[in-house]
Amino acid sequence: MSWRLLALYLAGAAAVACAPLVLDAYWVDVLNSVGLYVLLALSLNLILGDAGLFNMGHAAFYAVGAYATAILNTRLGVPVLWALPVAGLVAAAFGAAVARPVIHLRGDYLLVVTIGLGEIVRIALVNDVFGLTGGANGIFGIARPVLLGQKIRKPQEFLYLIWAFVALTVFLFHRLEVSRFGRALTYLREDPVAAEGSGIDTARYRLMAFSLGAAWAGMTGSLYAAKMTIISPESFSFWESVVLFLMVILGGSGSIPGVIAGSALVVVLPELFRGFASARMLVFGLVMMVMMVVRPQGLFPLRSLRFRRRDAERAGVAP
Amino acid sequence: MSALLELRHVTKSFGGLTAVEDVSFDVAAGSVVGLIGPNGAGKTTTFNLITGNYRVDRGTIHFEGRPLTSLRTNRIVRLGVARTFQNIRLFQQLTALENVLAGRHCRTRSGLLGALVRWPWTVKEEREAVRRALAELEFVGLRDRAMELATNLAYGDQRRLEVARALATEPKLLVLDEPAGGMNEHETDQLVDLIGQIKARGITVLLIEHDMSLVMRACERIVVLEYGEKIAEGPPEAIQKDPKVIEAYLGTEGI
Repeated sequence: MSWRLLALYLAGAAAVACAPLVLDAYWVDVLNSVGLYVLLALSLNLILGDAGLFNMGHAAFYAVGAYATAILNTRLGVPVLWALPVAGLVAAAFGAAVARPVIHLRGDYLLVVTIGLGEIVRIALVNDVFGLTGGANGIFGIARPVLLGQKIRKPQEFLYLIWAFVALTVFLFHRLEVSRFGRALTYLREDPVAAEGSGIDTARYRLMAFSLGAAWAGMTGSLYAAKMTIISPESFSFWESVVLFLMVILGGSGSIPGVIAGSALVVVLPELFRGFASARMLVFGLVMMVMMVVRPQGLFPLRSLRFRRRDAERAGVAP
Repeated sequence: MSALLELRHVTKSFGGLTAVEDVSFDVAAGSVVGLIGPNGAGKTTTFNLITGNYRVDRGTIHFEGRPLTSLRTNRIVRLGVARTFQNIRLFQQLTALENVLAGRHCRTRSGLLGALVRWPWTVKEEREAVRRALAELEFVGLRDRAMELATNLAYGDQRRLEVARALATEPKLLVLDEPAGGMNEHETDQLVDLIGQIKARGITVLLIEHDMSLVMRACERIVVLEYGEKIAEGPPEAIQKDPKVIEAYLGTEGI
């Protein structure tokens, strides 16, 4: 990570930390929403941006995590924050199971399959599958999370919980980028045939990217359930998957700061144009179109030069 | 002693077209073998069968006595068979160094947890991988271009970068698909030297090539395919005089 990017992150963290001092509860809640979308978009970025797998059903994994948390909490009384890792594991297992038979599909074919997947999950939830999901009404009465004896309920309290998770995620995903694992995903995206021919088990890495992305979406679902205390199938519609896809492409596929910026833009922009009432989606749509024409590589495009001179120097053999 | 690579009655069809039919030959350990033939003779198909990109319909391929016919490409690479591609397949938007690091992947181990936690041995392994990758770049003469994007390299350099990536997998057998394609005479001469150096490292080489001067200089043994069938096999001098080979290349009219 470059110093400039680190400085940018620290400035961003400071701004978020001070936000409750200057913003009212409504805007703090918008910021919470940005945080959740950043997490979701970063998790999709692993699949779409890093591994190059077109997934337009990401809301399904988000839903699985949220429902797993809601069911564990309301039926078994598991505290929400304990349910968070479990939700991640459940979503990962679900992701691996559904992706396995279709993961070999390329580009647009995989896209169509994942759209179908997202719809199946949503409709299953509406139909109260196994009598666990509460049908169209969803599940309510999810307990508030308790951290170190402190019950988290106000928007500004959630702000710190959500954005702490964002910070952790950004830290871990940057580590992933410059690792053997992250490089394997990059090779897979750049040229799957050459990657396989260089000895990389592309089938395995596709599946791992999918599972890891699903796990993170699942944990975000857990946070969402805790924040809302009520969840229903309409929160996990096809539109959510489309918006997440948009955030990744708009921000800069594969680039962590890009995806964060993309998420913030997509959430905040419609809020800013609320004054225009029904015209705001028109403005929003126009911005998207102009962006794609003027800057198709995204706001902060990925710079693929990851191995810099200093990495080589560290190996004791400066080029 | 059995050969490093053994093809026996290998057959592959695509729909109604039999691309490779009943081809058998051996590649002895430590040798440089050329696979030649007119366009469409089935050379690249044979390569793709060896490297697991295609599945054989009939016949067997053994590497060090182990059957390769049901293995996926990445497993075959791990056993020690590395390849280059006819139409260069580099990761164009990555640096030369990152391209070669792809080859190190199958000889390193750290996984997801290692990436997130960065154990001391992960860092050590990473450092060692970079060191080995740079050594391979040095070997093919691209050490000073390590931080260059692959797409910015000259054509001949891209070919050599592919060789470096293949060598980084520590192969026992290196399979080169038209390594001199698009190279000028000077670059071809360098390539002959490079193949000699690869052989000196104890790596067996199997190559497809159209440039006869290269094949005759670099190879100890040549296998000739025509219409998917093997029509001749032997040392370069014998192949040059073989009437069947001359016919395949020049046609009967010309004689």
